[in-house]
Amino acid sequence: MTDILMPALSPTMEEGTLSKWLIKVGDEISAGQVIAEIETDKATMEVEAVDEGKVEAILVDAGTEGVKVNTPIARLEGGASASPAPAQTAPEAAAAPAAEPAAAATPAAPKVELRDPEFPEGTPMVKITVRDALRDAMAEEMRRDDAVFLMGEEVAQYQGAYKVSRGLLEEFGDRRVIDTPITEMGFAGIGSGAAMAGLKPIIEFMTFNFAMQAIDHIINSSAKTLYMSGGQIKSSIVFRGPNGAAARVAAQHSQDYSAWYANVPGLKVLAPYDAADAKGLLKAAIRDPNPVVFLEHEMMYGNEFEIPDVEDFVLPIGKAKIQRPGKDVTITAHSRMVGFALKAAEQLAAEGIDVEVINLRTLRPLDTDTIIASVKKTNRLVTVEEGWGPCGIGAEVAARVVAEAFDDLDAPPLRVHQEDVPMPYAANLEALVVPSVEKIVKAVKAVTYR
Amino acid sequence: MARAAKASDSGKKLSNVSKDELLKYYREMVLIRRFEERAGQLYGMGLIGGFCHLYIGQEAVAVGMEAASKDGDQVITGYRDHGHMLAAGMDPKAVMAELTGRAGGSSKGKGGSMHMFDIATGFYGGHGIVGAQVSLGTGLAFSDYYRQNGNVSFTYFGDGAANQGQVYESFNMAQLWKLPVVYVIENNEYAMGTSLARASATVNLSQRGASFGIPGETVDGMDVFAVKDAAERAAEHARSGKGPYILEMKTYRYRGHSMSDPAKYRSKEEVEEVKTTRDPIEHIKTMLQQAGVAEDEIKAIDNDVKAIVLEAVEFAQTSPEPDPSELFTDIYTEA
Repeated sequence: MTDILMPALSPTMEEGTLSKWLIKVGDEISAGQVIAEIETDKATMEVEAVDEGKVEAILVDAGTEGVKVNTPIARLEGGASASPAPAQTAPEAAAAPAAEPAAAATPAAPKVELRDPEFPEGTPMVKITVRDALRDAMAEEMRRDDAVFLMGEEVAQYQGAYKVSRGLLEEFGDRRVIDTPITEMGFAGIGSGAAMAGLKPIIEFMTFNFAMQAIDHIINSSAKTLYMSGGQIKSSIVFRGPNGAAARVAAQHSQDYSAWYANVPGLKVLAPYDAADAKGLLKAAIRDPNPVVFLEHEMMYGNEFEIPDVEDFVLPIGKAKIQRPGKDVTITAHSRMVGFALKAAEQLAAEGIDVEVINLRTLRPLDTDTIIASVKKTNRLVTVEEGWGPCGIGAEVAARVVAEAFDDLDAPPLRVHQEDVPMPYAANLEALVVPSVEKIVKAVKAVTYR
Repeated sequence: MARAAKASDSGKKLSNVSKDELLKYYREMVLIRRFEERAGQLYGMGLIGGFCHLYIGQEAVAVGMEAASKDGDQVITGYRDHGHMLAAGMDPKAVMAELTGRAGGSSKGKGGSMHMFDIATGFYGGHGIVGAQVSLGTGLAFSDYYRQNGNVSFTYFGDGAANQGQVYESFNMAQLWKLPVVYVIENNEYAMGTSLARASATVNLSQRGASFGIPGETVDGMDVFAVKDAAERAAEHARSGKGPYILEMKTYRYRGHSMSDPAKYRSKEEVEEVKTTRDPIEHIKTMLQQAGVAEDEIKAIDNDVKAIVLEAVEFAQTSPEPDPSELFTDIYTEA
């Protein structure tokens, strides 16, 4: 007897919809046969049998949503072997994504006010995933301005490698939603050239890891051109896509480029945390007349948050957000790490340490004023980032705080960041490398001498 | 002699070339040459810094191509860009003052020899990264296609850039989407110090788009009329929605790669041979004489050009250095 388990069909998948069975009880199935269709947050996938045998029972009905990875979904009688589970459901494959997103899945503690300070009490709110917030932002800006178009790999017919551009091809057509070949340097250059001529491209990188092939155009062709042309050539262009570590995709697919881009004058660099950030900042980025690097996070795409249900929700570039007010310690964080910081703050609150969490939102230009004001209040600083520490965002924040609020500090600032190694593949090593709630808690205790 | 033979070849076509046209191209090519000679001189005097790549020898390419362009078309090239800027109609004073890093330069002194732009004449740089302009120029063509405005992007690069990967990424997308771009490969035989044969597995650069189905032809880049003819065919192809077209211009640079290059990788005899048998300006001068243009008329152009260049030199030395406050301008556009 062999159970067929709900497979993980992507590195970050935790659950999915069993949309269709292609087999029924009593069928003899063979290895490699397509037995079901499963819808993940990214795509609809066919599931192939790994074992052969006669179907004894269907355990999960077609149409069931939210089926957790590794749940038995069907049973075979008298399987040829006792092989426990299909390869893709090997324990670590499911365990790692489950362990990682756990912290992000409930990123905001219930007490935390998600509402933006810019919006008055009583503003109606609506729940939306980060993924759809990004899509809505692009759709709204494309409706507003014909010069805006989206270009990248799999953005059109495939509906986005991470489904971020779902529905855009249908609404805007293939003139404005453009599938490219796998050719990052080429299409980043074409986008940069189109921007020089006054169009407003959104260039999607499937991940920022691949943007390394294109970084010359982001920096040499886009960031520097206004200056080199004495103000003549403007580049209103957004380079966007997931940045940072997903889960179990190892060194070449797990890198946080925040510090790389934030180092470059001429670029604006944004890193949204929640759905409101995603929508409000992406709309701002598309409207901005400068090149903007927009760093999303794959692990956040499926997370739901409340955002203001208003006509045209645009956030200011260059303004950080006090995500959680507190008086004892300042934590600065961006992107997914904001959720980790909030969780740490919640734990620390139980121990009597009142943490202020600053969601940086914009990494260039960095909102130094908000950070300094906070540190002047709390007298302590912990920076959190997913990237490497040396020359990182935390290093920059700490340097500014030391320069501008040295006398207000009651402890040396501490940085929490990825360990100084390439991302390992093994689940246990990966867990050791990335920042964690525990590491943040430890750092906060260190700066409060507890 | 080869030159005479070619001049008479072109001479056969001269029936439909007006004297005014001949004089115009002559004037434009002489302007580039005299300008570049002065730039070399100013470099030697320490008035121009950094890298300075002269266009001497290649004048017929920029001038002949420009003859096929229309208002709204775009031009983009690499760092050997002075000739294209002058051919596009940029003010020689602004170009020379940019070379000397002065406030009156076209980029206010912040771009230098390799990074100059002029939206008014459709000149989009002036790019220092070899091959980058090919993707960017394809992007300019994408904007024309997106707007359906009937314009064409003239994207220049050298035989050296022809080996860069992004060139082929661009070729692929340009043909896939039928973008209106004319790729002009200025084959001057040397990528810095490396001859084409030493760097390229195949040396017929006009066929570099063959695997994408992009038509290409090899053109005598020392003959302004051959360039113009080819440019018109290529531009028509691109403008009519048929997609990109490649023109390989066989040309030659007389000077080193940059001012600091002694050009030891080729013999003096080789350079002399080109100068005496293929010089593009001598070529058109012969045509002028054959067309019966008086020596005085030619001389008048020479004097006129000399005055324009001297004025540019004067301006480039008297225009002030940029104000220190310019250091922090033009980094971001105000939203």
